[in-house]
Amino acid sequence: MPVSFPAGVEYLRILPEIILTLAGVLIMLLEAVWSDQRRTVFAPISLAALAAALWAAMASSYGPAFSSMLAIGGSATFFRALVIVVGLLAVLASSEYLTRERANGAEYYALILFSVVGQCVMVAANDLLMVFVGLEIASIASYVLAGYLRDDPRNNEAALKYFLLGSFATAFLLYGVAWMYGLTGSTNLSIIREVLLSSGAPSLGLTGVAAALIFVGLAFKISAAPFQIWAPDVYQGAPAPVSAFLSAGPKAAAFAVLVIFMVHFGATAEQLQPVLWACALASMVIGNFAAIQQSNIKRLLAYSSIAHAGYVLVAVTANSEIGAAAVMFYMAAYALTNIGAFAVVTHVARKGERFVSMSDFAGLSRRQPAMAAMLALFLLSLIGVPLTGGFFGKFYIFKAALDSHLVWLTVLGLLNSAVAAYYYLRVLVLMYFHEPGEGAEELPAAGASLQIAVYACAIGTLVLGILPDWVLDYASKAALK
Amino acid sequence: MLQLWLIPVLPLVGFLLNGLLGRRLSKPVVNVIACGSVLLSFLWVLKSLNALGVFSGGLEEAYKEHYFTWIQSGMLNISVDFAVDRLTAVMLMIVTGIGFLIHVYATGYMAHEGGYYRFFAYLNLFMFFMLVLVLGANFLLLFIGWEGVGLCSYLLIGFYFLEKFATDAANKAFIVNRIGDFGFSLAVFLVVIHFGTLDFTAVFEKVNAMPVESAAGWMTAISLLLLVGATGKSAQIPLYVWLPDAMAGPTPVSALIHAATMVTAGVYMVARSAPIFLHSAHALDIVAIVGLATAFFAATIGLAQTDIKKVYAYSTVSQLGYMFVGLGVGAFSAGIFHVMTHAFFKALLFLGAGSVIHACSGEQDMRFMGGLRKYTPITMYTLAAATLAIAGFPGLSGAASKDLILEAAYEHAPWMYWVGVVTAGMTAFYVGRAFCMTFFGEYRGKPAAKAHGHGHDDHAHGHGTPHESPASMWIPLVVLAVLSLAGHRFFPIPAFLEPIFPLHEGEPEHWLEYVATAFGLGGLALAYLFYVVSPGLPDSIASTFRGPYRLIYNKYFVDELYDSAVITPTIEGSRALLWRVVDARGIDGLVNGVGTTARGVGAVLRRMQSGSIRSYAAWVVLGSIAIVAYIGFRGGVL
Repeated sequence: MPVSFPAGVEYLRILPEIILTLAGVLIMLLEAVWSDQRRTVFAPISLAALAAALWAAMASSYGPAFSSMLAIGGSATFFRALVIVVGLLAVLASSEYLTRERANGAEYYALILFSVVGQCVMVAANDLLMVFVGLEIASIASYVLAGYLRDDPRNNEAALKYFLLGSFATAFLLYGVAWMYGLTGSTNLSIIREVLLSSGAPSLGLTGVAAALIFVGLAFKISAAPFQIWAPDVYQGAPAPVSAFLSAGPKAAAFAVLVIFMVHFGATAEQLQPVLWACALASMVIGNFAAIQQSNIKRLLAYSSIAHAGYVLVAVTANSEIGAAAVMFYMAAYALTNIGAFAVVTHVARKGERFVSMSDFAGLSRRQPAMAAMLALFLLSLIGVPLTGGFFGKFYIFKAALDSHLVWLTVLGLLNSAVAAYYYLRVLVLMYFHEPGEGAEELPAAGASLQIAVYACAIGTLVLGILPDWVLDYASKAALK
Repeated sequence: MLQLWLIPVLPLVGFLLNGLLGRRLSKPVVNVIACGSVLLSFLWVLKSLNALGVFSGGLEEAYKEHYFTWIQSGMLNISVDFAVDRLTAVMLMIVTGIGFLIHVYATGYMAHEGGYYRFFAYLNLFMFFMLVLVLGANFLLLFIGWEGVGLCSYLLIGFYFLEKFATDAANKAFIVNRIGDFGFSLAVFLVVIHFGTLDFTAVFEKVNAMPVESAAGWMTAISLLLLVGATGKSAQIPLYVWLPDAMAGPTPVSALIHAATMVTAGVYMVARSAPIFLHSAHALDIVAIVGLATAFFAATIGLAQTDIKKVYAYSTVSQLGYMFVGLGVGAFSAGIFHVMTHAFFKALLFLGAGSVIHACSGEQDMRFMGGLRKYTPITMYTLAAATLAIAGFPGLSGAASKDLILEAAYEHAPWMYWVGVVTAGMTAFYVGRAFCMTFFGEYRGKPAAKAHGHGHDDHAHGHGTPHESPASMWIPLVVLAVLSLAGHRFFPIPAFLEPIFPLHEGEPEHWLEYVATAFGLGGLALAYLFYVVSPGLPDSIASTFRGPYRLIYNKYFVDELYDSAVITPTIEGSRALLWRVVDARGIDGLVNGVGTTARGVGAVLRRMQSGSIRSYAAWVVLGSIAIVAYIGFRGGVL
């Protein structure tokens, strides 16, 4: 292949990644040369970089970049914007935590930025190798984030588990990539698609195995059953704002890749349908039924996120354009809702995260009515009550499933979402119908940036619930690409 | 444009004002905002209906206002439209009219309660969602109202949240309704998949172009799923269990939400979807049978309850059953007629019960009441009107609508009529019993009665003897009493609904009416005999028929049955099976396991050796092997 240098426009197409990488490096350098007093600027720098990247992502033209290693299209733009927004919200939600724990280090922000870069690469990938590279950039940064407080054994345990199991799962993905390359002679998704469609396509059985291996790696990232096992421990052990980030960003990116594969692998992807069906159902059942038993709110949200991965897998199983649009919409609604919920948890947990038991939320409506109302809104959205993003998310998912004649999956999914109301309701009941516990420690007012994050998430949740058109329209067009 | 949107938005404004500023407002201001917003809404209903010619024989076709296109995508087009036809007109009058009366009553009833502004904010929010439910011109708006009223009902049942059982009752209501909503939402999905739209007019046009189903098909599936939703909201078998417990909420809430309006939403929804139901004979039959069974069983339970609100609660379940019988046998207008008359007399029964409870300083057990006719004459006369109306006394509103339902039932299947008539006799007996136990005989409460055991309508403010309620409470009672006696003459619903639901041809046989009346009067007479003339009789009968008595006194042990058949297995199952297998470390393993003795990396390594990471990795491997092997076998590679 003749060496060709990328044209100028191709650099513009990866401008978000460039901005974020430079900002991350800059923050690391500043940390080395600046004194401790000036650490407060790291957050604004990160926010500015993320905002600039968001603008660059939205303004980017469509088309391939870097010898078709990346391809910017509607879906890539949607997901790049989403993961950058997730990064923004995570930074906003983190600063209270970092100040409180006296751990306001530059590396925290740099790691978030690098992880977002990795996710951006993943969702824009048009090459199996780029998927792998993006996944690794995103994952390694998030492994470190999960163990951010070096001296906290819970953080350590979370990071180690996440790292060991995560590398393990990535190995499957890499093995699948190798199979696919061996079978089709290319790692480029467009070429693979052509080969799979051509008359000389390799047997479906072989490509199916390759796709199954790749699916294993991605299923781990989205914490779908049977690869959900790490999620409760990691979400519980990691710092709460990091859990917020992990439950939204990497998950959205992995779903984006899954959708890309479903589109490009054609008949091979259809092979996977029974597996997707079973994983979707198992995730919903395991997530919801295990959540019923939890008393730790972070662990509860972890199981809830497994269940939600199951709902989104229902839309992936539908394997249609509507399904792809439903995935996008749901991930947007879910990301906002979940980050918001985790942000409130971050706040209530206080220093050292000592107050993460559900009983610590008793009487929250009396102590901090605004925070309680916001958490209530997020929980209602997770239940799927109308006028919240969660409602339309589920609506589109199950509509897509029925359109693809997945009747039983829809019935079981809806039943699951009825069961799920029970455990979210327990938190609501505690907040509104219980008095604060005896000796409840004074809860200081929430910091400004955390409040901004919470309210932004709340507004987003409501906008998606009241004016779903804006996002859905975009998602539908992006899915048609 | 008639600006129909003002009808729900006015109470919404009331909600926002009271909810956001109420803490700083004085009680009179809160009252004016809460009642005023509903009154304005009621007046706007009157004005709009007048403009549509409802009071002069107009509005034969539905009138629809389009506000904006809400969702427009390849998948779905939904606009925010409100529509008024004659069915909606009836519901609007009931909801805003009765709603206003109950708001006024509540200002008196809740005067001594904490969280005053919060209560009225929730009540106004409820009105908003209920009006959206009634006005919405498509299934999605209906569903939003449906979920919204459920949420408000949940908040209001749990209003006395210091009482554990109030919280439990609120939870039960919400979760049981989620099961109903599961059916409803599935039905909505089927509608959108099958018809490509959710707009009532468009869906029903397409439905009417289809043949009536003789075997089970799409229409039957949609109808039955809608029915599942209706059994949740309107408390029918098998999902009725939440409603009696919902009486833990304040009495005005019981009257407004759990008697007059929200619980009839299921009836409204079935009537609204009548074209779909009419296309499936099976579904209609099931509606009738569910209704009849509920009417009968709830009435038998009502015979033995001693808590005055529980009696009326089971009575509500039973009367809702009648409405479903009406719908199921095809007499939709009779069913809606009964919605209206029931709203009159049952709201009155609850408000009267509230007044009685108020008089007895919070006592709800009828065994500790009695002789109140001396102390609370207005309450007695108004409750007498309601009791006679529900008992089916000839010429009163209850008889008018119930007889229509029973006649239609007879035409459909005579045995249904007979079950209905027996139920009517029982109904008359238990309301008569409640009336006699409350107002006749001697006062059996303690003179300086403090709020008794139940205490959820805590009105202990230290009066020794029972006393009449303030004017804000008895005036609504009088208005409702007039409506219970003669409301059916002012509002002849069946004729009014004729453009939508054609009336039956032919003259009904008169003996049907006479038999029903006889049963009603017989029930009343029996109650008088048992509880006034010879008060020893009920106890001896109860001890003779100990077994059946215990069975109905304990509500057929249905709650216990659900507990052991559904709830415990779910909780235990999730604990035993999933928790052990899926989450071996349990709820708090992580936090407890680390941090006590060993610290840092050492602890992590120790945990690794204890096997948790290895077992996790094993899970990942097993899962991968299963998936890859499955795909491999399927593709013939392995």
